[in-house]
Amino acid sequence: MLKQIEGSHAVAEVVAKCRPNVISAYPITPQTHIVEELANIVGQGKLDAEYVNVESEFSAASVVLGASAAGARAYSATTSQGLLLMSEVIYCIAGMRLPIVFTIANRAISAPLSIWNDQQDSMALRDSGWIQLHAEDNQEAADLHIQAFKIAEETNLPIMVCMDGFILTHAFEPVDTPDQKEVDNFLPPFRPTNIVDPRWPRGIGLFADPRFYMETRYILHRAMEKSEETIKKVSEDFKKAFGRDSGGFIKTYKLEAADVVIISMGSVVGTIKDLIDQLEEEGKKVGLLQICSYRPFPRKEIYNTLKDKMNIVVVEKSISLGRGGILASDVRWSFPRAEKKDRNISSFIAGLGGRNITKNDLRYMVEKVEKEPVELEFLGLNKELISEKDL
Amino acid sequence: MIEIRIHGRGGQGNVAAAELLSVGAFMDGKFSQAFPSFGAERIGAPVMAFVRIDDKKIRTREDVQTPDYLIVQDYNLIGSVPVLDGLKPDGLILINTEKKPEELQLKTTAKVETIPATEIALEIIGRPIPNAIMIGAFCTITGLVRLDAVQEAIMGKFPGRVGENNVAALERAHEIMQKR
Repeated sequence: MLKQIEGSHAVAEVVAKCRPNVISAYPITPQTHIVEELANIVGQGKLDAEYVNVESEFSAASVVLGASAAGARAYSATTSQGLLLMSEVIYCIAGMRLPIVFTIANRAISAPLSIWNDQQDSMALRDSGWIQLHAEDNQEAADLHIQAFKIAEETNLPIMVCMDGFILTHAFEPVDTPDQKEVDNFLPPFRPTNIVDPRWPRGIGLFADPRFYMETRYILHRAMEKSEETIKKVSEDFKKAFGRDSGGFIKTYKLEAADVVIISMGSVVGTIKDLIDQLEEEGKKVGLLQICSYRPFPRKEIYNTLKDKMNIVVVEKSISLGRGGILASDVRWSFPRAEKKDRNISSFIAGLGGRNITKNDLRYMVEKVEKEPVELEFLGLNKELISEKDL
Repeated sequence: MIEIRIHGRGGQGNVAAAELLSVGAFMDGKFSQAFPSFGAERIGAPVMAFVRIDDKKIRTREDVQTPDYLIVQDYNLIGSVPVLDGLKPDGLILINTEKKPEELQLKTTAKVETIPATEIALEIIGRPIPNAIMIGAFCTITGLVRLDAVQEAIMGKFPGRVGENNVAALERAHEIMQKR
């Protein structure tokens, strides 16, 4: 049913319809209304699930790890420092091949303390063996959770559904939340294949000496690469079942004739699309390539889609300090070095710690890369706040 | 696309006002987006919330910077925060104050309207929360969102006495603005 609803509540409603058996979360800032609403849903008896209230995010992640290993469909949501506190368990969940789904309400990392949006938190865990899917709006955020449980359980890989904190989680906009029957038809009950059970004693994720450990990483890496097919197929099946284009690997907007291509992910692509329409009216051809699946990374799609495009600009809400744009590095690596040396791939960092990203900022970015390539620039930086002695 | 910026202080129901306007617009068959200017909200701290209303899907995520309409829930914010920033010259600003618009001498060509919302809230709701009155006055002046859609939104969010009191306050605001 289409309704005007807060992003967090839409996600909670849809997660409940995915019938998780165990939900665990640490209900303090940084958190969202997602787990609060799920606690309500379970408390009112509308969802038959075990809701485990814990004393830290580390414990929340540990609870869902154990629950999943015992055969439960398990879910949690976190963000920012909470995700970092979980990070040890995050790696374990992937290593044990447990198909757990998390919502990450993307937010900045301390210090200094910031509760606002950027994508540094999930970026910090990008190498952990979790699939990372990024939502453009609240409809996609809701839809991605239905897809995520299916992808996770078909691949035995855990998934982070990433949605921009505050910008999406706290925004009211129309979301079509499917009814229970539609979700049940799409998402079959969880049939775990990788469990611990006292009737057939075995362990998972126990101990691997140098003869075995490297192979586990190789297998996990290949599984991540192979999950591309499942992500695409589930997204196509979702479209057939629900009539909406949600998720997938990449999406494009007005790309064919574009002289400049913007690459980005998350909610800022909405602002970018509005700018592209404005620029089109002024006679400028700018297009968008939107990353839906950040891990596994759509390297081949990017190359195949953009091999004739010579002016590309990546704008992202995170940074590898001492290196530069993380998404920009991934994009630059997507093109063979030997080929077309005059292809320009510019890198802009924007929106860190909740800095507003305006159409004017993005317009400036496009106009700048039309003139010259940009190795790295912080968009909307207030130079008055920075003195020479800081540098 | 119509853009609205709401200024107020933590505890005045700014985010709820934005939500209710957006839900009302949705019930009217329009596309709408509402979101707070995020912060560590504390009672009394200056806060903002934003609403967009359009006939097509709303994609942009930037803060509202050139609003068509301003709703100011606390008159004293004017002067302490840049409330008038970006307001369109032919726009409208609705302020919660007992003063008349011409007494305020605001530096804007936009239309200025006032309503003593806190006073009305204390009388009808019994608490100094002006948001329902401000929305009622706003919808009456602009005709942007149907009043009964907002009433339905209020009763949906606050079933029972709280909702009924707020609907009564909203109706009072409607009567006052209609007489002008």
